[in-house]
Amino acid sequence: MNQNEFVLLIAPFKDKVFRLAKRLLISTEEAEDATQEVLVKLWNKNGSLDGYNNVEAFAMTMTKNYCLDQLKSKRAGNLKTVHTNFTDKEPSLDKKVEDDDSLNWVEKIINQLPEQQRLIIQMRDIEQYEFEEIAKILEMNETAIRVSLSRGRKRIREFMLKTHSYGLQ
Amino acid sequence: MDCNNIEELLEKYFQGGTSIAEEQELRKYFSSSNVLPHLEQYKPLFGYFSLVKKEEFEREILPQTKKYNLAWLSIAASVVVLLGIGTYVYLNNNKANQNQDLGTYDDPEVAYRETQKALALLSNHVNVGIESVQYVQEYQNSKNLIFKQ
Repeated sequence: MNQNEFVLLIAPFKDKVFRLAKRLLISTEEAEDATQEVLVKLWNKNGSLDGYNNVEAFAMTMTKNYCLDQLKSKRAGNLKTVHTNFTDKEPSLDKKVEDDDSLNWVEKIINQLPEQQRLIIQMRDIEQYEFEEIAKILEMNETAIRVSLSRGRKRIREFMLKTHSYGLQ
Repeated sequence: MDCNNIEELLEKYFQGGTSIAEEQELRKYFSSSNVLPHLEQYKPLFGYFSLVKKEEFEREILPQTKKYNLAWLSIAASVVVLLGIGTYVYLNNNKANQNQDLGTYDDPEVAYRETQKALALLSNHVNVGIESVQYVQEYQNSKNLIFKQ
């Protein structure tokens, strides 16, 4: 496989890898580093990649493991990921300033969830993976995923109702 | 889509029981302009989901492989430099060895003759100028004449 073929192969899911990494690591720079790392690892596997019938799922699993490792080593080193990018990079539509603000709230709320729930919400609600695919990526069974997803969603609702009633509408 | 249906879907959604298609429907409903007031609070949630999905990985892919190439290049360069220095030193050593080889003889007869020749040459040259030193004795003589002890 040459470089061009590789780029074509990863094109459909490199953004998903990045978004998953960002969901876990929160900082954009860290997520970019992680994505880079995962892609390089994939590139180094190169020859054996054809053996995996679902490269995307494989890449997502790698990303998950890599990011969790990163978080663990950060915690062990008593360091926190420093991030200043709560605001979205998307061009903000000037007429929806208050909307943007509540979107930031949603982001903050999701990023407060436990890692497992964050992973599942990222993959289900944002990337819209089927439960079967998520099960494969996370190496969990579907029922456990549904339970965790429901818990995460309810927690978000709880938080949102709180901010809602605080008059942040 | 009527209100009851959406509320049902929402409940199912929070139970984790909706399919991708149903979730898509929810998203579509909450991105529309006629969301019911009591459901307004869920709008940012679904809005956020669609917004975040547009975020892209912007860094150029795989500049690290180029770094690897650079590493190999520097290794190759240092090997070439080392080889250059090595061969230079090696050749110089050989030259020095060759210089030392000059002057040795395999045949002892020849060696003996050459040595004698060399020694004779040396002694001849040593004796050159000995006459000029004779004058010094003259000084001594005249000094003895003047300062009689």
